[in-house]
Amino acid sequence: MGVRTFVSTFALLSLGAGPALAQDRTILVQSTTSTANSGLYDTLLPQFNEATGITANVVAVGTGQAIRNAENCDGDVLLVHAKSAEEAFVAEGFGVKRSDLMYNDFIVVGPADDPAGVGGMNDAAAALAKIATSGALFASRGDDSGTHKKEMSLWQGAGVDAAAASGQWYRETGSGMGATLNAAVGMNAYALTDRATWISFENKSDFDIVVEGDQDLFNQYGVILVNPERCPTVNARDGQEFIDWLLSPAGQTAIAAYRLNGQQLFFPNARP
Amino acid sequence: MALSLVLSGDGDLYQIVILSLRVSLTATALACLMGLPLGALLAVTRFRGRGGVLVLVNALMGLPPVVVGLLVYLQLSRSGPLGFLGLLYTPSAMIIAQCILITPIVAALSRQVLEDMHTEYAEQFRSLSLSRTRSMQALLWDGRFTLLTVALAGFGRAVAEVGAVIIVGGNIDHLTRVMTTAIALETSKGDLALALALGIVLMVLALGVNATVQSVRMSAMKQAYA
Repeated sequence: MGVRTFVSTFALLSLGAGPALAQDRTILVQSTTSTANSGLYDTLLPQFNEATGITANVVAVGTGQAIRNAENCDGDVLLVHAKSAEEAFVAEGFGVKRSDLMYNDFIVVGPADDPAGVGGMNDAAAALAKIATSGALFASRGDDSGTHKKEMSLWQGAGVDAAAASGQWYRETGSGMGATLNAAVGMNAYALTDRATWISFENKSDFDIVVEGDQDLFNQYGVILVNPERCPTVNARDGQEFIDWLLSPAGQTAIAAYRLNGQQLFFPNARP
Repeated sequence: MALSLVLSGDGDLYQIVILSLRVSLTATALACLMGLPLGALLAVTRFRGRGGVLVLVNALMGLPPVVVGLLVYLQLSRSGPLGFLGLLYTPSAMIIAQCILITPIVAALSRQVLEDMHTEYAEQFRSLSLSRTRSMQALLWDGRFTLLTVALAGFGRAVAEVGAVIIVGGNIDHLTRVMTTAIALETSKGDLALALALGIVLMVLALGVNATVQSVRMSAMKQAYA
């Protein structure tokens, strides 16, 4: 039996429970992981569904992979955090328009005994340079995610060629934020993370925030409708309604209201 | 503590368990539909290059799930050749990926089992001058109890893999989240206790499926050889 017959058999079998048809009012969001892992969608999406009747399904992967999936037309809305990559996505015609949605910040976390002595520093690049020369370990995402892109730009600012030490003090996990934090905790390494993932991360061990408060650590999230002219299957109407809702006072208030362990994780900053 | 976390779980866990079973059992059934006849065919036929085919089928047992996931993603993606079917990020996509993953396992293992039987029966088959199709049917029927174990090996591989389903299913909550992708998610959240608890549930599930098959086999064998 050819692959084609076997796949179309499946298409038939799955008609009942399978892919959402357009009139189902379902959208697919290609998203960064921090917004999903921190539980933000668990409060936002039911409110959105209540307001509009649209169901938003979320595929949470690294920003780099989310963008590539969206470029393959496998999604209606892109919600990530790597502004220059997002602008390139729109400029190349994959997206309609990029809007600022919310922000938080990146932080550097490390073991309690702070072997590199960077605790309390608020110059991120200087702190990374100090980690590099101290011989302490650093766990990098190494996966082209938004956090990884930010980390690369910080190393550049610090004038350190971290990649040259790959496998020595610089450990690229090639995994998601959570997996990288697990690895960092496991090998007593410093790591750069977004604050939302850190607050919701439950395997902190004796790790704590060592560097925060640098302007360079600003973490902007953006939202983009995948271009229906390029991808005819995009549910543009419902996708746009999702974006409009997120940027509206209702959506922005819902984002600001989300708390985990008493802390606000995301700060809305859509421009009206 | 881990168990109480799971036991207190709501309908979400139930939904994930059901989807895991639905996807992996369907994939196993389809893999058997294709793999068993293929295994039987390879067991009874001799042709040039057969040795190479056997090596290939055996090697495909080691297909990395993540590679299967990637290949299926590239086919089912909206920008891929089968994108028009709209199957990406659905349970059907996960079934297809797992089916591709375990069909070689079913084919390779059943080929070995049936070929051993065939050597034993060859003379008898010749004296009855059975056609190739009839020989294959006879072998599959006579080996049915052993082939159940072959199917279980396929099911075990399917239900335990995460690499393929997370790519083609997307681990979407309430839609394509299965046990293994839920475990991967909880691990990445650093909630190791819950991840472990889900792992235990998955083991119990596998145990349940195996026990059910075992009891069916026992009672069937009792009837067959009574």
